[in-house]
Amino acid sequence: MSQSTSTQAADAPIISLHNVSKWYGQFQVLCAVDLDVRKGERVVVCGPSGSGKSTLIRCINRLEVHQEGRIFVKGLEMTDNVKNIDAIRRNIGMVFQNFNLFPHLTVLENLTLGPMLTRHMKKADAEDLAMHFLRKVRIPEQARKYPLQLSGGQQQRVAIARSLCMEPEIMLFDEPTSALDPEMIKEVLDTMIELAESGMTMIVVTHEMGFARTVADNVVFMADGRMVESAPPEEFFGNPREERTRTFLDQILKH
Amino acid sequence: MTTASSQTRLVTAAYDPLARMSAADWLKRNLFSSVWQTLLTLVTAAVLLRFFWFVLDWGVINAVWVTSDPDVCRAATGACWAVIVEKHRPMLFGLYPYDEHWRLVLMMVIYLVTVVVSLMPRNWNLRFLVPLWLVAAVSIGVLMFGGVLGLRYVPTSEWGGLPLTMLLFTGTVLFGMPVAVLLALGRRAPLPVARGVSVVFIEALRGVPLITILFVAVNVFPLFLPAGVQVDKLLRITIGIAIFFACYQAEVIRGGLQAIPRGQYEAAASLSLTYWQTTSRIILPQALRICLPAITNHIIAAMKNTSFVIIIGLFDILTATTAVMQDPLWRKFYVEAYLFVAAVYLFFGYALSLYARKVEKWIASGRI
Repeated sequence: MSQSTSTQAADAPIISLHNVSKWYGQFQVLCAVDLDVRKGERVVVCGPSGSGKSTLIRCINRLEVHQEGRIFVKGLEMTDNVKNIDAIRRNIGMVFQNFNLFPHLTVLENLTLGPMLTRHMKKADAEDLAMHFLRKVRIPEQARKYPLQLSGGQQQRVAIARSLCMEPEIMLFDEPTSALDPEMIKEVLDTMIELAESGMTMIVVTHEMGFARTVADNVVFMADGRMVESAPPEEFFGNPREERTRTFLDQILKH
Repeated sequence: MTTASSQTRLVTAAYDPLARMSAADWLKRNLFSSVWQTLLTLVTAAVLLRFFWFVLDWGVINAVWVTSDPDVCRAATGACWAVIVEKHRPMLFGLYPYDEHWRLVLMMVIYLVTVVVSLMPRNWNLRFLVPLWLVAAVSIGVLMFGGVLGLRYVPTSEWGGLPLTMLLFTGTVLFGMPVAVLLALGRRAPLPVARGVSVVFIEALRGVPLITILFVAVNVFPLFLPAGVQVDKLLRITIGIAIFFACYQAEVIRGGLQAIPRGQYEAAASLSLTYWQTTSRIILPQALRICLPAITNHIIAAMKNTSFVIIIGLFDILTATTAVMQDPLWRKFYVEAYLFVAAVYLFFGYALSLYARKVEKWIASGRI
């Protein structure tokens, strides 16, 4: 894996998890998970709550530390090495369930902070970049407001724009619509669909099966820390192989 | 439908009559609504009237305002405000040489202008504030010490009064706040060493009276210095007060830090900000806003703690007044003199809390 930098085909996975396990005390949250994600691929991770799906993607940018197995992002291994962590995080944008915008900064300042501090951009350039992405998520007019003055859907779109300002190659979404009122879910999903269409590599933890069906290249089902099934959406929804997947799909698709 | 309309009625019942209430109605409702309340109102009114009459009678009608003859005051039944006019210079300036008092007046003007200018949000710009404070510090130093530009040299042992109080207070806050922030961060730091040092430091110093710390700073600390090295007494005591202040303030700030949700750290980490970037740009600005009222509280307390310099024989405004009131001709009128000192403290303390309230409003409205 470590030599897989230059010569290997564009086919080489941009994210690669081998045998990743993690425990909280005695409780095993991740059991030997394997996952490969290629550049431009969209993966949707679903599963019942407590199945370890959030923990899985949080291990990819080391908001959680895995205890066994290996995680590679663009050929760099995620270890205790601070340089690696930093290099990997620069390539990964993350969107959280609760937005986690910085409430004491305006929308524009939320977006320019990262580029100015970690990419050493000039303020004017960072603001141009921020406005570009605010237009992409269709809320440039909110630039001077504070996050708490916006609706939930608008806040989540700001959070997406904030991650995009770091110009990452990979975006992780941790239940991005779970904290939203129903009428705001669509505007966030639309933003994510446009992002997917632009070719972004995405891993999305979500219960939005409609989104999975239209956008995903691969749907992964997790339960009890294990990866139960992984298949393209037609197969995953049309003809799931595993009994647990079927039960889960029955439960969430009926409502 | 019925619930909705009854709710509307409840709301109107609560609001409209209040808006239209006449003075008589208001009195009846709030002061004389029952026998017990009427009694309470009358007793309170009687006590208040008696008190205000005393203040008026003693403090204004029968008071002596200006005289240089203490016998005039003794003959009067009211307050002797003349003692303040007569003694204001040693009270305000302590032992500082009498002919050089103009230097202290100028120093206070520079100090107050610098502080007021620095407190205005539109001036919050390090490129302006740092030079401003450097210029202020140098000119205040030149004025207070002298020894250059033909000014007579005045050692710190002769400094006193209100300028001394101001310097001690400013030194305490300027030195104490950064230490407090570092201690608070240290207590929550990922490094066990930083955590240990901060906990021991805070708990040890918070657990002893201020007077003990000052005693150590003044009498014990010099024993540890190599022979020939001397640290100015005033500087030692300032550091003592500042460290005591910092330990309390650190715990206040830690409370603010604990109120910051984990998601803020995670968002910062996912933008690959470093520890210090996260702390200075994301965490501290929010934490300090949260605990601003408690921070103000300790700053006001610190202002009054400056009067502890009595233990090293320096004459701040309070100690200077006590000393001045030893004068046998005027000693009878110490109440008036202390009221004046209280008024000075109250003026600065109240100005601080008014300013803090303003800052809270600015925060709430998103201006800062």
